[in-house]
Amino acid sequence: MLLTKTNSSEDGFYSDLVNISAYLYKKALTDLPTDVRDAIATAKSNEGEMGKKFLNIMVKSVEVSDETGIILCQDTGICIFYVKIGSRLNIDVARLIEALREGIALSTSQHDLRSSIVHPLTRQNLQNNRGEGIPDVHVDFVSDSDDLEIRLLPKGSGSENMSFLKMLSPADGINGIKKFILESIVEAGPRPCPPTIVGVGLGGTADLCMSLAKRAVLRPVGEPHPDKEIAELERELLGVINTIGVGPQGLGGATTSFAVHIEYAATHISMNPVAVSIQCWRGERASATINKAGVIEYGY
Amino acid sequence: MATETRVLHFTTPMTKGQLTDLRVGDEVWLSGTIWGVRDASLIRLFDEKIVPDRDFAGHFFLHTAPSIRSDEMGKVIPISVGTTTSMRMDRFTQGCISQLGGAGIIGKGGLSSNSSAILVKETGVYLSITGGAASLQTLQIEEIEEIIWEDLMPECIWKFRVKDLGPLFVTMDSHGQSQYKDVMDVASANLKNYLSTLGN
Repeated sequence: MLLTKTNSSEDGFYSDLVNISAYLYKKALTDLPTDVRDAIATAKSNEGEMGKKFLNIMVKSVEVSDETGIILCQDTGICIFYVKIGSRLNIDVARLIEALREGIALSTSQHDLRSSIVHPLTRQNLQNNRGEGIPDVHVDFVSDSDDLEIRLLPKGSGSENMSFLKMLSPADGINGIKKFILESIVEAGPRPCPPTIVGVGLGGTADLCMSLAKRAVLRPVGEPHPDKEIAELERELLGVINTIGVGPQGLGGATTSFAVHIEYAATHISMNPVAVSIQCWRGERASATINKAGVIEYGY
Repeated sequence: MATETRVLHFTTPMTKGQLTDLRVGDEVWLSGTIWGVRDASLIRLFDEKIVPDRDFAGHFFLHTAPSIRSDEMGKVIPISVGTTTSMRMDRFTQGCISQLGGAGIIGKGGLSSNSSAILVKETGVYLSITGGAASLQTLQIEEIEEIIWEDLMPECIWKFRVKDLGPLFVTMDSHGQSQYKDVMDVASANLKNYLSTLGN
C-alpha cells in the first residue's frame, strides 16, 4: 500500500510507519535508483565486449523489475535503517524502531520475500527477516526541523561480506589509507558483484569508522563529498580503482566501481582508522521523508 | 585477435563430450533440470553426509536461495530466483562434481584453483550467471519441480526446470583455464605497480 499522508492520531501514525517501512523494503529491492541507472549507462560506453554484455544483462533485468515488480536480486539483504528525527517532533523513538522493524516483517509476508536473517549460532530463521537487533535502526536528531527522514538500506550479503577495517598508525599517513582501500578492492575481487559503490570511512573509532563507510554507500552515485579535499581523494581513488581491471562481475573491464564515497570523523592523535564497505552494482536504497503536515515524499 | 563468441544451447543432462568441448569465452543457454544448492544444504549434503537418492549426474548445481510462494493448489511459484557468491561454497565443489557427478557449477564470482583442478580432473565447467539480475533469470524458470529439506528454507535443495536459462558464460573450463584467475592476476599486478608509485 502506498501511503501519501500519515494519520494524525498517535496510534495511526505508528501503524502508518509500519506500512511506510514495508513499502520502502519492496521499493529498495525492486526500483533501481536513477543515479545508479545513469552510472550503468555511462559505464556501458567505456566497456569492452565482456563488460558490455554484463551491463546489458543488468539493464535488461532492471527493465524486467520495472515491468513486473519482481525484485531485482534474489538477496533480500539485511535491513539497516537510518532515521533522522527533527528536534521539533514529538516522537516515541522506541515505538518508531519497532514499527520500522515490523514493516520489514510485513513486507516479507506481503511480497513473499525470502527471509535472509538467521540467529548467528543456531542459524534459526524466523522466516520474517527479523531477529535479535535486526533490522538495525540508527537514529539521529536534527535541530530546528519538523521532518522525519527514513532511509532504508537492505544490504546484500555478497557485498557486505566484503567489509574491511584497519586501525592504521598515524605514520602510515594518506598512502597507508590509499593502499588499504585498494588492497580491499582487489581482495574483494569479483565477489561483491562489481561495478561497486565503494564506501570509505576515515577516522573516528573502530565502530564509528565502519559505520561511516556504510553510510557513505547511501550517497547518490556521482555526488562528491562537500569538502573539496575529500572529494578530490574520492576522484583520485575511483580513477585508480578503474585502472586495476577487475571489471563488471570481476571478469575484466574498465568499470570496477561506479563511485568512491568517503565520510569522515575526527580521530585520536595516535589513531588512523580506515574502513571499506562495498555496495553491489544495484546500490539498493529507498527513502521516505514525512513533513510537519504528514505528507510523505518517497525517494532513493 | 577478436574471435567470434560461440553461442551454444544445451538440454541437461550434459555428456562429458559436451563438457570437454566447452571453453572459456563460450556463451551457454541451458534447458532442462538444474539443481539449486547453497551453504546450509551443502553442509548437510557433504559435512553431515546426508545425500538424497536422486540422479544428479550430468546436471548443473546453481548456487541459489530463491523467494517463492505457494498458490491455492499448493503449487510452488518462483518469486525471485537468482544466484549468490560461489566462493563461500568453494570447498563443496569436490562433493558436487566428484561425488555426485555434476556437470559443473553455475554461480557468480568464480571458484578457487582447487575447484579448477577438480573441474579438470572430472571434466566439468563453471558457468557465470549475472549476479543481481534475478528478475530476468526468474522468467527463465519454468517450474520448481521439487524442494528437498524445506526445514532449511530458503536454503533447501531446489529442483528447477529451466527454459533457455542464460546467457551463461563459461569462465572456468575443464582444460584448466579460469577467467577469474586471469583477471585477478592482472589486477594484482596492476595494484602492485600502482603501490610502487606511492613510495613509503
